[in-house]
Amino acid sequence: MTIVEIFSVLYQFADVFAFLILSAAGLAIVFGMMGVINMAHGEFIMCGAYVTVALVHGGMPLPIAQLLGAVTAGIVGVIVEVLVVRRFYKRPLDSLLATWGLSLIVTQGMLILVGSSVRGIGTPPGSFMVGEYTFSVYRLILFAGAVGALALIYFVFMRTRFGTLARATMQNANMAQALGVRVGRVYALSFGLGAGLAGLCGALYAPTMTLIPTMGSTFIVESFVTVVVGGANVLLGTAPAGILLAAIRTTLNAWQGQIIGQIGMLVAVIIIIRLLPEGLSGFLTRRQR
Amino acid sequence: MFKLVNGPQTLGNGPGFWMSFLVVLAIAIGYPFFADSYDVGNFAYFLIWVFMAMGLCLMWGYGGMLTFGQTLFFGISGYGYGVLAINFEGGTMTLAALVLALALAALAALILGYFMIWGGVGGVFFGIVTLSATLVLAFFLGQTAGPEWTIGEARLNGFNGMKGMEPLNIPWFDDEQLYFEGTALYFLVIALIVVVYLALRMLVNSRFGNVIVAVREDPQRAELLGYDVRKYQLATFVIGSTLAGLSGALYTSWGQFIQPASIGLPAAAMPIVWVAFSGRGDLTATLVGSFLILYAFQTITVHSQQAALILMGAMLLATVMLAPQGFVIGFARLVGRLFGSMTGSAKDK
Repeated sequence: MTIVEIFSVLYQFADVFAFLILSAAGLAIVFGMMGVINMAHGEFIMCGAYVTVALVHGGMPLPIAQLLGAVTAGIVGVIVEVLVVRRFYKRPLDSLLATWGLSLIVTQGMLILVGSSVRGIGTPPGSFMVGEYTFSVYRLILFAGAVGALALIYFVFMRTRFGTLARATMQNANMAQALGVRVGRVYALSFGLGAGLAGLCGALYAPTMTLIPTMGSTFIVESFVTVVVGGANVLLGTAPAGILLAAIRTTLNAWQGQIIGQIGMLVAVIIIIRLLPEGLSGFLTRRQR
Repeated sequence: MFKLVNGPQTLGNGPGFWMSFLVVLAIAIGYPFFADSYDVGNFAYFLIWVFMAMGLCLMWGYGGMLTFGQTLFFGISGYGYGVLAINFEGGTMTLAALVLALALAALAALILGYFMIWGGVGGVFFGIVTLSATLVLAFFLGQTAGPEWTIGEARLNGFNGMKGMEPLNIPWFDDEQLYFEGTALYFLVIALIVVVYLALRMLVNSRFGNVIVAVREDPQRAELLGYDVRKYQLATFVIGSTLAGLSGALYTSWGQFIQPASIGLPAAAMPIVWVAFSGRGDLTATLVGSFLILYAFQTITVHSQQAALILMGAMLLATVMLAPQGFVIGFARLVGRLFGSMTGSAKDK
């Protein structure tokens, strides 16, 4: 194998890894930490993408539009938490149903309001050559975005005061409240952060894909699967889960094509859950002891 | 054995209930003689989906396993029927296609269920794994448009769906084939619903039913009482999923058509809406509620499919926020209480 081929494989791996991590980052907080099965996760992604595209059409530079797309999704997330999700922390299955209902309303409502497709904005140009192959720069930006999202989650939850309060609340809300943490606000902000990261995913992928109101469903399987394989400790589990699944998928993609890649990844997930019911983070923490 | 149709796991055990059951059944049987055949065909169409709802009610309401895989098995069996009916070249062999399609769905449920249940995938993860499998099947079938995707004579046709299979038919008098379309299909579906409904009532009121309810309430306790929880869960999963398969095969036979859109989202969410809204805790509530929702859905879909789906979403949201048990069960309890207070009985309280 030449260096060029190795780079090409790494590039494809990075592409899949970025997709998995970016789709899963928001859900890692909302589902992995807070325990809310957010079936509307894909709709937050869609929200970020649509806001980005609308702003770019309005003449805003792409990076700022993407940032605002993520922020908008985050704000919507806080509103949704206060209005709906808040009631269901003790009833996880009901939170699933409620957010699924929400997801149906939003996707179909968007179909009525905006129609089935929106003019795209096109991938930012820019490519580089390695050997005789051309690679898109934007795909590397996506990879950087994924690493950035992981770093952001780590920084917020491990290095800030808010993160400490949030982790305390997730572990034992009553105790945290007794110690003076405003639990409601912590939940709302955490959910908002998760929704914002979902929006960031949509914003980053907006230039590369066709915008349709149902686009969220292309992300939802990957996001849940990554979080589930990662296990309960999202700070520890999400990144290795992304690496493992991306490795499986890249190999199968190269060997048998996209479809086998997707199906093979799912089969792998079912086997991984069969072998490691607590996910990768459960496996890793057990090894440490 | 027939005593088991009444029992603690089902609502509606008194003579009053069974009288109204017979009245409804009589109306259902008499209906085709008064309505025009187009309406009868339509009714048959949405009665087809009821099996899927009852299967989900068994798994979710009684067994405590929330699966999103109903459309997965619907699709496996629907496509299975199509492929087999085409390859058997129709005729009476369509009956074999139906049976084999159901066996296929049951086998798929057995394999998926084994991995999930023996893997300790419980609660919400159960839903996520089943949903992933469902979406992957829809995605896979969606890209089978090319001519290389054929099974025997049958072309899968990708996103546009497979067509050209014969509807279910059996030999009839005078060397003619009886095709189950329109009114004939309607009667077949009514008969199947009565059989499935009574059989499920007997199942949930039997020893088996008591065990799966015990597992729902507390799996650990059931295990400590000496039951192999996993076997009961797997059996429940296979039965419930096969019922979705029955819906799928009948659907393909009804329209001589099946497409990936009946598997993926938002189709996969529909059974959940029906059962949650109706009340997952009871078979009768699911039967009645699903029928009503399907009827309403069909009526609105004629004007706008999006509006109908928005209504489904709103109903799901409203159910969870206002009546987590389900509206039909809530209504039935209300009626029961009013009725009880009128006759001065305090049994229900």
